[in-house]
Amino acid sequence: MNLLFILFFPLLIGAYLLIAKPKHAFIISLSATILEAIATGFLLYKINETMLPITFIQDWIPEVGIQFSLKADGISGILIGLCALLLPFIVGSTSNTEKANHAQYQGLMLMMQSAMMGAFLAKDAFLFYFFFEASLLPIYFLASKFGGENKSAITFKFLIYTIFGSLFLFIGLIFVYLRTPGTTHSADIETLYLTARNLSAESQGYLFMAFFVAFAIKMPIFPFHTWQPDTYTTSPSQGTMLLSGIMLKMGTYGVIRLIIPMFPLGIGIWGNTAMVLSIIGVIYGSIIAIQQKDAKRLLAYSSFAHVGLISAGMLTQSFDGIQGALYQMLSHGINVIGLFFVIEIIERRTKSRELAQLGGITQSSYALTVCFIILSLGSVALPLTNGFIGEFILLKSIFDYSLILGVVAGITIILGAVYTLRLIQKTMFGNVSRITTEFSTLTLEEKMVLIPLSIFVLLGGIFPNAILHFSEESVMQITQLLK
Amino acid sequence: MTAIIALSLFGISNLFWGFWFPRKVLQILTLLFIAIGIGLTAMDWNHELLWFGNMFRTTNTSINFSLIIQLAAFLVVALSRGFGADDEHTHPAEYYAILLFSVVGAILMVSFDHMIMLFVGLEILSVAMYVLTGSDKRNLKSNEAALKYFLMGAFATGILLFGITLVYGATRSFYISNLANIIAATAPESMPSFLYIGVLLMLIGLLFKVSAAPFHFWTPDVYDGAPTIFTMFMSTVVKTAGFAALYHILSGVFGGIYSTWVLTIYFISMLTLIIGNVTAAYQQSVKRMLAYSSISHAGYMLMTVSAMQSSSTSTVLYYSLSYTLATIAAFAVLILVSEYQTGRKEKPEDYSSFEGLALNNPGLAFCFTISLLSLAGIPLTAGFWGKFFIFSDSFNRNIIYPVILAILMSAVGIYYYFKGIIAMYFKNGDIEKIEVPILFKIALWFCTISTLVLGVYPNIVKSLF
Repeated sequence: MNLLFILFFPLLIGAYLLIAKPKHAFIISLSATILEAIATGFLLYKINETMLPITFIQDWIPEVGIQFSLKADGISGILIGLCALLLPFIVGSTSNTEKANHAQYQGLMLMMQSAMMGAFLAKDAFLFYFFFEASLLPIYFLASKFGGENKSAITFKFLIYTIFGSLFLFIGLIFVYLRTPGTTHSADIETLYLTARNLSAESQGYLFMAFFVAFAIKMPIFPFHTWQPDTYTTSPSQGTMLLSGIMLKMGTYGVIRLIIPMFPLGIGIWGNTAMVLSIIGVIYGSIIAIQQKDAKRLLAYSSFAHVGLISAGMLTQSFDGIQGALYQMLSHGINVIGLFFVIEIIERRTKSRELAQLGGITQSSYALTVCFIILSLGSVALPLTNGFIGEFILLKSIFDYSLILGVVAGITIILGAVYTLRLIQKTMFGNVSRITTEFSTLTLEEKMVLIPLSIFVLLGGIFPNAILHFSEESVMQITQLLK
Repeated sequence: MTAIIALSLFGISNLFWGFWFPRKVLQILTLLFIAIGIGLTAMDWNHELLWFGNMFRTTNTSINFSLIIQLAAFLVVALSRGFGADDEHTHPAEYYAILLFSVVGAILMVSFDHMIMLFVGLEILSVAMYVLTGSDKRNLKSNEAALKYFLMGAFATGILLFGITLVYGATRSFYISNLANIIAATAPESMPSFLYIGVLLMLIGLLFKVSAAPFHFWTPDVYDGAPTIFTMFMSTVVKTAGFAALYHILSGVFGGIYSTWVLTIYFISMLTLIIGNVTAAYQQSVKRMLAYSSISHAGYMLMTVSAMQSSSTSTVLYYSLSYTLATIAAFAVLILVSEYQTGRKEKPEDYSSFEGLALNNPGLAFCFTISLLSLAGIPLTAGFWGKFFIFSDSFNRNIIYPVILAILMSAVGIYYYFKGIIAMYFKNGDIEKIEVPILFKIALWFCTISTLVLGVYPNIVKSLF
């Protein structure tokens, strides 16, 4: 029952906001996301206590063996936790802007949350695909309705690019699904595991490509990333937060949930290539990030670099790799949302994101600087921050897999420090520029968003075990499948 | 079966009602007639019977197709408003009568058990459509379209008849069930070679009607030239009936010689997909885009025809239904918008006419969005499951490359369908609130809501078939 509530509650409230267009959209939306977070918290607590997954199974289209089945285990748990945790902050970050009481804006965000929750909870592969695609529509409308410069063309490219990718996933799924036993077949993910693993290495190779292209576009992995910097830059801040904080995790989650257990032989053929591409993305993204002039674009590239490392770690198929990837998804989500919000705050006050025009903000807003530094250090992966745990485990798994790849991927720590510290230096320190002289201090609402996020960064760095332990069991099950 | 007699009589009676009643009354009467037709058709459910000297067979499949056709006709009549700008020269009674006659033709086409019945049905449907295409008499484009459609259609039916003759010559039978037995009993080598020529000619005749490439050249001009309400009728009823007939012929008669014709269908479906989608992407006019999109959907449906699985019948049915609902809704919004923009814009049917529609007409914009999403095959809409069933049928037959092509073409489809959505939501325009008559509103929302319901719960229909 709880699963259904988590899945449909944001949808209902979102639909209400879109149709009825109430005046106090912000309060409704914020309380809905908080309630959602509490419900999810209870669910996760229950899973953590019993260490057993919670499932809900209902026939959907029995003629073709498709079920409406949901399952929350350790892996989905982390992602629904992330999704439920971040949404109140994303909604909260609209406070005191014209978007706060814009019912459509809030409604679309809630719809988006519902679709993403669905993708993370789905136990049936077609249900997963259903939500995977459905989540595109709200974010597309959000970005192209409220976005910045040249939004129409950029978001259109994003839409076509991602749908194009997911269509490959679609035919790949149908291909495997038709090979499941029984006259009506079954699209249950665990049945697909068994079927797909028995396919020949050649078909697994093709299927791996079909699936990986879909997820690689979503994440994005080099060379499928060309939609990403533009879309992140042009979307409204909350859209960017949703895209980078949660939606890209649908790609990484897809790899863990579908690709790794389904196509061990396929990974055997193409896994190396995919890892090399991911690591090229890490280095390439970082180098481009160093040269960016626009702060939001810089963060977009940094997100591209980080997700490359997550992908490379997962593809090692080791216990550490998957655990590290999960942990890093969580930390990356928290960090990136905080960072995008800081840029949004700066932009609100100065109407600019150009690094050359900014500087000296620390003199007028000390609290902002502190939060920004904590969040950035999380992103750089300094010890005692959440990013350190994730990246450390990921790099360890890549080193175990291949020394050369590990060494190359390790450069990310240095490059990451370069662009992040440059971002801090150009915005917070240095001389006060013309537009930052009258920089006002943080409002209470802004603090309510930034300070908890900064605390999460530190908590994640100091007490990682609770979360690592939470996902351990489920990750173990997946790695056991590989033996 | 009684439905076709009733509908013919109602059609004739409609001609007389036209003396006394205005259009609105005729519209209600026609709706009533079609509703009776639907009721009579549904009464035959589970009674598999032969009629008219064994030339006409009612099966559950044919009843399902008849129901879809009559549902489409019902919606089209409900959505019809004045015909053409100038009421003096229009004859609503005749148009409604002809619509009823063409429905009779379409029902014959989906339930024939005899080649002549197929031919008669096709002719009734086609002749009615030639007249309706040219019904906007003062419009040059409508006249041109009617003449073009008539000339090319006449050739196509001629070719079909030629094919039927050759098949008859080879098998000495017109009856579908006999033909199937004869073809199954005889070894392919001992068949006279003109049987295969006959099959090919019959295919050409039918593929012309469903506007598959390379027999599609009439489609854009005719769809564009005909009054939009009849374009709506043509693109749903004619296509559904055409596909039902094509599928019935191929699976019921020529299933035994599958290997001889499958490659043809295979390539025609790929060609249709490419031409339909790529050309649609270049259109400026929404009406022409929908014409090309109807070509591209013929390509998807041909894929499932060439797969010929046990589930293909229900796939064709489901796809026809979802396509019909979405197309009717799309054309309905187009009718309203282009009527509103006539006089305001030079080309009232272009994408630019839709700019800013969502601002003052959120309902219309929503209906149009859902229908376009369904045509594009996005989840939450009926079109998604249509595509799913088609792809899984094709994979069952190990048809891989056309599916991959279809995927690429779906991405192209998203491009031109979303152009309409972008125009409505993200461009600025000055469309005021458009007044929508109540009947029109009900029909439009019926299509939209059914598309959504079928998208979330496809079983409702799938379990019927």
